[in-house]
Amino acid sequence: MKFAVIVFPGSNCDIDMYHAVKDELGAEAEYVWHDAESLDEYDGILLPGGFSYGDYLRSGAVARFSNVMKEVIKAAEAGKPVLGVCNGFQILLEAGLLPGAMRRNDSLKFICRTVELKVENNETMFSSAYEKNEVINIPIAHGEGNYYCDEATLANLKENNQIVFTYNGTNPNGSLENIAGIVNEKGNVLGMMPHPERAVDELLGGADGLKLFQSIVKQWREAHVVKL
Amino acid sequence: MYKVKVFVTLRESVLDPQGTVVKNSLHSMNYSEVSDVRIGKYMELTVEKSDRPVEEAVKEMCERLLANVVIEDYRFEIEEAVAQ
Repeated sequence: MKFAVIVFPGSNCDIDMYHAVKDELGAEAEYVWHDAESLDEYDGILLPGGFSYGDYLRSGAVARFSNVMKEVIKAAEAGKPVLGVCNGFQILLEAGLLPGAMRRNDSLKFICRTVELKVENNETMFSSAYEKNEVINIPIAHGEGNYYCDEATLANLKENNQIVFTYNGTNPNGSLENIAGIVNEKGNVLGMMPHPERAVDELLGGADGLKLFQSIVKQWREAHVVKL
Repeated sequence: MYKVKVFVTLRESVLDPQGTVVKNSLHSMNYSEVSDVRIGKYMELTVEKSDRPVEEAVKEMCERLLANVVIEDYRFEIEEAVAQ
């Protein structure tokens, strides 16, 4: 399985993401610049965190119009796994691949620490290696992670089981219903504020994020590898 | 040529954490008459005349980029300006 790590001007978690899938997961990975014309050769798309285009106007507002996003939308429509972390999540929201929007954290502070997440749905291609209701430790680092959507959208998210991760215990940013990560209706696009790519090695404080990437590979193998 | 002033604010139904902090500060300064503060963005666009009505073009720009209509409202004022 070959991953594309999309790099925008201002991305700053791209190297962590590449390290997580290449070195810790052992999959193939390549950096892909924001003006790339095609993502056809990749099986999974990773949108890393950072401050694409300096967060000018709104987080993710400018990145969504970059050339590669047309290809990201195409990949999402084709059913390929698309993961957006932090700024990547904000870009997916701005691009309309996921519903809702981000507000400033209710504390107005940039928060950078490890938090507890609860796995609400372990039946997605991103979370199947976790137990349902498993509590995991994943770092967050954001100033705008206060997820918002209207009531009708929230009802849809719940009905379709699209809420994958919630903050366990204290909500760090004021997000609606403690939402930390959601998938699209089809289940192949995940956006989350916490950084699983920063939790892939016990040496660096924890490896709870690795199962997320393992889930993606497991699903891909089941779908693509012919059993002899 | 037109000068366009675009105002973007969080929707009424969306809690504005910055506005709340500023309101509390004003209250602590004894401006108790302030009942609400909403913080927004102000943008000035210079738009050349084209075949397209300027209102239509600016509305589209607001919907597509300048505002995120999921959480923000926008309004704009258009003034005809003489080229310098």
